[in-house]
Amino acid sequence: MPDETPEPSDADVPAVAEASDAPVADAAPEPEPEPDPTHVELLARIEGALPDAVIEHADVFGNLVVRIRPGAWGDFAGVAKSTLECDYLSFVSAIDWAPAPKEGGDDASGDTSSPVQPSEMTFGAAGSAGRFQVFAHVQSTARHWGCTVKVDVDEAQPAVASWVSVYPGADWHEREAWEMYGVRFDGHPSLRHLYLPAEFEGHPLRKDFPLLARVVKPWPGLVDVEGMPAEPESEPEVAAVGAGSEPTDGGGEE
Amino acid sequence: MSTTDTPTGVPSFELERNAMRHLADAQINVELDTGDMILNLGPQHPATHGTLRLVVRLDGERVLAADPVIGYMHRGYEKLTEFRTYPQITTLINRIDWLSSFANEVPFVHAAEQLMGVEAPPRANYIRTILTELSRISTFILFLGEMGLQVGALTPAFYGFRDREYVLNLIEGATGGRFHPNFNRIGGLKEDLPWGWVSETRSVMRMMLDSCDQFEDLVAGNEIFHSRTKGIGVIPGEIGAAYGVSGSNLRASGVDWDLRRDGAPYLAYPDLDFKVWTHSDGDSFARYWVRLQETREAVRMVLQLLDGLPAGPVMAKVPRIIKVPEGESWVETENPLGQMGYYVVSKGATGPFRVKIRSASFSNVSILPWLLQGVYVPDVVTILASLYFILGDIDR
Repeated sequence: MPDETPEPSDADVPAVAEASDAPVADAAPEPEPEPDPTHVELLARIEGALPDAVIEHADVFGNLVVRIRPGAWGDFAGVAKSTLECDYLSFVSAIDWAPAPKEGGDDASGDTSSPVQPSEMTFGAAGSAGRFQVFAHVQSTARHWGCTVKVDVDEAQPAVASWVSVYPGADWHEREAWEMYGVRFDGHPSLRHLYLPAEFEGHPLRKDFPLLARVVKPWPGLVDVEGMPAEPESEPEVAAVGAGSEPTDGGGEE
Repeated sequence: MSTTDTPTGVPSFELERNAMRHLADAQINVELDTGDMILNLGPQHPATHGTLRLVVRLDGERVLAADPVIGYMHRGYEKLTEFRTYPQITTLINRIDWLSSFANEVPFVHAAEQLMGVEAPPRANYIRTILTELSRISTFILFLGEMGLQVGALTPAFYGFRDREYVLNLIEGATGGRFHPNFNRIGGLKEDLPWGWVSETRSVMRMMLDSCDQFEDLVAGNEIFHSRTKGIGVIPGEIGAAYGVSGSNLRASGVDWDLRRDGAPYLAYPDLDFKVWTHSDGDSFARYWVRLQETREAVRMVLQLLDGLPAGPVMAKVPRIIKVPEGESWVETENPLGQMGYYVVSKGATGPFRVKIRSASFSNVSILPWLLQGVYVPDVVTILASLYFILGDIDR
């Protein structure tokens, strides 16, 4: 019985999600009258200040996600602050779309608890041109709106313009993104390590950087599985049942 | 040599002895006049909840520049989330801001629910809101007491710890954990409220109102407290916003912005009648005052929620194995320390592909290099205390 129940509900949930993913511009599954006009307004303002800067945009549960041209990233900060009236910087960060290394297998010390991610590279809302993206969220404290901005960065030489001169709060966020993803922020006053020691090498949040804790020490859950005393007893049982069932199955087919 | 060979013998001897006695002081003064002094505040300091190191360059008693060194508690949660399933992650994110753990869970669980198209039942939403507000009360009550400690008043700190314990008992009664409830499930809550909890909460809430009055008399009305906090550490609203300062810290700078009222509707806040408190001064006292009012407001909200608590289940129908469909979701909430947000990217697996954790204290503290310029060393401590950050919330 417990095996049967997840299957229909599992099937239901992706069906709902597919329906919600299909219409990009309007939020059909959750009818909210407010977000759409603000998104239209925000996009019109961006278009007015930075023509042809927006490559793609998407509505993610009422949140506007805008993907802009790499060259427009530096100017976008000023536009966001003045034209969009977004005086508040929530965060600046990066994302690595590379498929995660094989998890739950040999690479991750047999960690069977780790979720298995798809092995092909797919991109999120508003798409991406390559592996790395920098994204930020700005908001307006007066107009109560905001948007997430994404920009593609080059994989070999990841670099974008810094936002520190417009939003001083971008300082630490950019330092974090730089050390975690190796994305350089041109014009940042002092790109130095924020969390990690100064001599640290590598970019820990990149997908090809292994989770060192699992490399040093195998997943403890594995020990539990190996140490199960019932296992050797259950094996002959299975074998016995299998041996006994073979002729009956064969008889059924005949 | 010529100075010692004065015409009168005895006075010269007296002068020399005085000079010797104050020689140490004289040397320090000379050093301060000529160069700056680098002082290390922390990593362990009583005004910080955790280990924050502050390297300050001093000219005498005045701070010329301050550089916070963070990362002593960096636990790499953004990386760890990529190796865990959704139900496991709520255990992790409990530990971000450990004073209001329950409030940390809410936006993450909400983001996963949004992606799955699951909605928690109304009763679960109300209980979540009650527990979020209780976290706020327990966090702020501790602050209201501890802020006194930072200006040298020991008594309020004991009151703060004592009164917080009543609220923590309530949280423990409902969830089983004082600090790390891990009570949220995707689609609802682990359990319903225990019998008698509602009436118990009502009586504790009345006590909290008394407690707020007490703090108003004892700390906010104290003349010494005024002189130590008024006009100290002023953050103008627009600068605070550009630094990403949020929550009570920003409202104390006159920015009338509260995600419970102004953000995307979440939990039961649209059903509630509450006031968003602001203060125009932006100084340490304003931050204390706003938190004091917000504690009272949270008490009123809990009482409203208890009155309107709907009946019904606390868990929606969700699959036994949580698989979140492909998509992205940004959920932000007004946590006790400020704006807390999760940008969850899912690729249809049992765990997220990427989780960007936007924690309040990180941005609240990033203003320190700007804010501490030109203040006196004793004020550094009161400013740090009034910004009220949790190191786990900075380092994640």
